[in-house]
Amino acid sequence: MGKRIGVEVSIAVADAVKLARAEVIPAYPITPQTHIVEHLAEIVANGELDAEYIPVESEHAAMSACCGAAAAGARVFTSSSAQGLSLMSEILYIPSTMRLPMVMVVANRAMSAPISIWNDHQDIMVQRDIGWIQTFAENGQEAVDLVLHAFRVAEDRKVSLPMIVNIDGFTLSHVIEPIELPTQEEVDDYIPPFKPKRKLDPRKPITMGPVGIPEVYTEAKVAHDHAIKNSRKVILKAWKEFADKFGREYHPVESYRAEGADMILVTMGSISETAMTAIDKMRDDGKNVGLVRIRLWRPFPAQEFRAATKHAKVLAVVDRCLPPGAVCGPVGAELRSVFYKIPGSPKIFSFVAGLGGRDVTVERFEEIIDKAEQFAKRRPKELYEVIGVREK
Amino acid sequence: MIPEFEKFKGFSAKNLPKEEPLAPGHRACQGCGEVLALRMVMKALGKNVIVCSATGCMEIITSPYPHTAWRVPWIHIAFENAASVASGVEAARKVLQRKGKIPKKHVDIMAVGGDGATGDIGLQWISGAMERGHDFLYVCLDNEAYMNTGVQRSGCTPYGAMTTTSPPGKQSFGQVTWKKNVPAIMAAHGIPYVATASPAYFIDLMNKVKKAALVKGPAYVHIYSPCPTGWGSAGERSVEISKLAVDTKVFPLYEVIEGRYFLSRKITKPKPVEEYLKLQRRFRHLDEEHIAYIQRRVDADYEKLVKLSEMA
Repeated sequence: MGKRIGVEVSIAVADAVKLARAEVIPAYPITPQTHIVEHLAEIVANGELDAEYIPVESEHAAMSACCGAAAAGARVFTSSSAQGLSLMSEILYIPSTMRLPMVMVVANRAMSAPISIWNDHQDIMVQRDIGWIQTFAENGQEAVDLVLHAFRVAEDRKVSLPMIVNIDGFTLSHVIEPIELPTQEEVDDYIPPFKPKRKLDPRKPITMGPVGIPEVYTEAKVAHDHAIKNSRKVILKAWKEFADKFGREYHPVESYRAEGADMILVTMGSISETAMTAIDKMRDDGKNVGLVRIRLWRPFPAQEFRAATKHAKVLAVVDRCLPPGAVCGPVGAELRSVFYKIPGSPKIFSFVAGLGGRDVTVERFEEIIDKAEQFAKRRPKELYEVIGVREK
Repeated sequence: MIPEFEKFKGFSAKNLPKEEPLAPGHRACQGCGEVLALRMVMKALGKNVIVCSATGCMEIITSPYPHTAWRVPWIHIAFENAASVASGVEAARKVLQRKGKIPKKHVDIMAVGGDGATGDIGLQWISGAMERGHDFLYVCLDNEAYMNTGVQRSGCTPYGAMTTTSPPGKQSFGQVTWKKNVPAIMAAHGIPYVATASPAYFIDLMNKVKKAALVKGPAYVHIYSPCPTGWGSAGERSVEISKLAVDTKVFPLYEVIEGRYFLSRKITKPKPVEEYLKLQRRFRHLDEEHIAYIQRRVDADYEKLVKLSEMA
């Protein structure tokens, strides 16, 4: 077992990529992802990792080079954020249906306009249908662990899909935390070498990325859908083995004092740490509240989520994304679908908070719970509410 | 001189490879000059190559699943990014060879795209890959418009040409801009090898493609590719039109080797551009004044090229 040291989360993430022995790293800098790719460039330059670092001219080129490298049979990593992720967007749909495994860390950041380098989840929420497996980290240790898990899952031949690990920009990427990095032997044991089923090789020529005529397009997309749904088993097994090996347990959803709670806060990412503090405070105040955090976003763990919230009367879902003109935030909408017409399902209220780096404090969570309590008694006019909007 | 060229004796009518890495039976239009050029490119490269294709005519006609015309490994990701995909393939092979995961044997990597994929939408991606110095060749098959989508103008569409988005009319005479000089942009990157080629001079074309593959680092070959469908020309005259483009100095053949220009064919008795223009419906609406302007500018551009070659 490795040593627990105080380290910036971005540096630890880059070290995890090194431990995973990534082979090709095409990357383009964007705040707040920069420390990850800078540290990787340094690791490669120092000869600590035998890899090719491609300093591409845009994020679109980064993702394109990722596709080429994965198709040629290399272990691939990249990282991006916000505008950069959106610039990649055209390409993001392609490696997933083409079943090219790779791992990307997204340091989540707000989308322009107005331009903002600060944290929320709008960048990844517009990419939720790209067909990648996606997880959300709560803290630095989890970010490191999920990166290792991602390589293990993505490259599994039963899965063979690209994977995103979301870490909140700045609030996670730039903080220094005590993090335990496993040893190289342990990681080598956990992540076997990448052996793709098919690759670009003149000794065995294949055609990759052909035209999908109407007679085959639907089947190609359905095959992709099956693949990501079936990846669930591998995701869970890889977490189980992770727990056995490293002693830290991970599940698709995480509960905190949610057992028997009437009201449950639902969060994703690093605000969950503040949410736990808020839950403790509200419990002390005599409120029967708990927290459920979604770690696995795609494939969506509907079964696990229902099980974790089955006794609750009210769910207060916090979205870090405001899609203008939509019925509510994307997580709220998803959960409403998950419970639609299920007898005895909880009332679901959608809240939007923490946009563009606005802090979501303990008081804000208390406000959310208070509002959800009121809404349960008297149905609100709107399908969602934005928390913490300044009057002046 | 580039050392990799020393061992290469060159193709001739006597030693043309029999191999066809691009199989017949694809779905190109009758008389397509682009697929003719691509076939020669592939004959020159042989089977020890990985092809990264941009979206375009050549991509759709060769790969309608479950069929493929490719007897070599081939990948298509999107329209503008073939050069970046090739960067990834090249980097992957480098590291995998270092780690002993694949044989050390050299494999050529080619990115290929049309004039739109190369000179317009993909310019940044190609520029990036050239500047980074990846060991690959980029082949542009220039049919002078967006043919796959139904003949829309590109930056490589010649002056005066009619396309669906540069239609002649009361206020217009067709394409108002001069053809973008993409080979010059590539040469400006300081890459070791740039060349222009034509399917009418197929041995020259194949030699240039082979040299582009042999050279260490990035190389670029810009190939004139007649499109009977888009140009309104007779399918059986594609080779003749290709030849005329060279002989009228409209599409000169040259190489830029380590920055120095070499004319592949010096045109001492040029034919008038009108002979070239009149075989194509896309130029039919042009009046004498336009043709005279084209003649002047073609002559001036050629003169510049001659001067550049004299500097070498």
